[in-house]
Amino acid sequence: MALEKPYLDVPGTIIFDAEQSRKGYWLNQFCMSLMKAENREAFKADERGYLDQWAMTEEQKQAVLARDLNWCMRTGGNIYFLAKIGATDGKSFQQMAGSMTGMTEAEYRDMMIGGGRSVEGNRYVGEDGDAQAQHQPQGVAGKASSNKGN
Amino acid sequence: MARITASVYTSHVPAIGAALDLGKSHEPYWQPVFQGYEYSKQWMKDNKPDVVFLVYNDHATAFSLEMIPTFAIGTAAEFTPADEGWGPRPVPKVIGHPDLASHIAQSVIQQDFDLTIVNKMDVDHGLTVPLSLMCGELDPKKDAWPCPVIPFAVNVVQYPVPSGRRCFMLGQAIRKAVESYDEDLNVHIWGTGGMSHQLQGARAGLINREWDNAWLDKMIADPVACADTPHIDYVREAGSEGIELVMWLIARGAMSDIVDGKVQGPAPVVKHRFYHVPASNTAVGHLILENV
Repeated sequence: MALEKPYLDVPGTIIFDAEQSRKGYWLNQFCMSLMKAENREAFKADERGYLDQWAMTEEQKQAVLARDLNWCMRTGGNIYFLAKIGATDGKSFQQMAGSMTGMTEAEYRDMMIGGGRSVEGNRYVGEDGDAQAQHQPQGVAGKASSNKGN
Repeated sequence: MARITASVYTSHVPAIGAALDLGKSHEPYWQPVFQGYEYSKQWMKDNKPDVVFLVYNDHATAFSLEMIPTFAIGTAAEFTPADEGWGPRPVPKVIGHPDLASHIAQSVIQQDFDLTIVNKMDVDHGLTVPLSLMCGELDPKKDAWPCPVIPFAVNVVQYPVPSGRRCFMLGQAIRKAVESYDEDLNVHIWGTGGMSHQLQGARAGLINREWDNAWLDKMIADPVACADTPHIDYVREAGSEGIELVMWLIARGAMSDIVDGKVQGPAPVVKHRFYHVPASNTAVGHLILENV
């Protein structure tokens, strides 16, 4: 019998459950290794070589090299683990979270100062809020890509 | 006997720790956040506890994916602030209370909660940011936190996290455990994390001021109903990381108006309540309740 997963219809959200955790085990454990200063140095010196020491899938390695956190999460990454990559790169949590929206750093920061993202239209997949698939990427990046389409 | 006299609730945003550590607390962005804790710092001095029982979550720091305890109690003599990737926070080491912690572990396990006992663990911003907010800035070498702290880590990283109801029941068991400890100790219980925030995906940056404040009203006045809030409501309304709020229900369940799972005693007094958006990605909520 399938487990109950009532969180699959929340837009723009991947819940890190046991299944995602299994999928992302080595990706997340690689991230964990970056808690040590000497490992951060080794990773920065030779990213590909460092990643090849871990039993990660090729896709997970590509997602890390691209610093595409949404991609990392789809392959089983969890944000608290992925944050160690950001720390290694000298990025704040706000820069990391913002990078997943497509917004520029300034756009994301201004959204937060303005009270954050509204929940309206963003509760269920299929509504019309700014976190829905049809509105990605957000910010000027989104405006540029929708202009191209016109 | 030992007794719980008060509960404290607060967000534990890592950027708040960074703002303190980098001397940014007087910047216009941060000033309103720290203003909200001015009362609390004085209250801490006026109501100094002998021990703080601090409920928080580890953020992939002490616990990797090798082991994921749902409830873990720190019974060590001391706990070192962790290097989370940016270097350790420059704050004093955390002194534990091994005797009371072991007593609580034994009592709570006998009340049917399967705690993991942790004798060695570093503590991350989830624990040290609330201490900084309540105790102010301290020198890592010359100063000390005002009292021993028992770290109590809850898994809210890998789903499913414990339900609000179970957290609320656990709080009641912790109070029983404290009250069966012979030494006269004034214990505070703190619930930390939240309020609304989401750190991932296209929905990152979600804040829900109305929901947060309605939830807080309910937690104060009708905690039994609040404890029944299903996980999915936190995720949908308060963001995927808003689910940290279940930890506040452990502290609320330990207050003395809760008898046999129901509100039967006099309501605790709300000494202070504060809410501010944003701190980095997060809505900051803070509350102090005192038993009468």
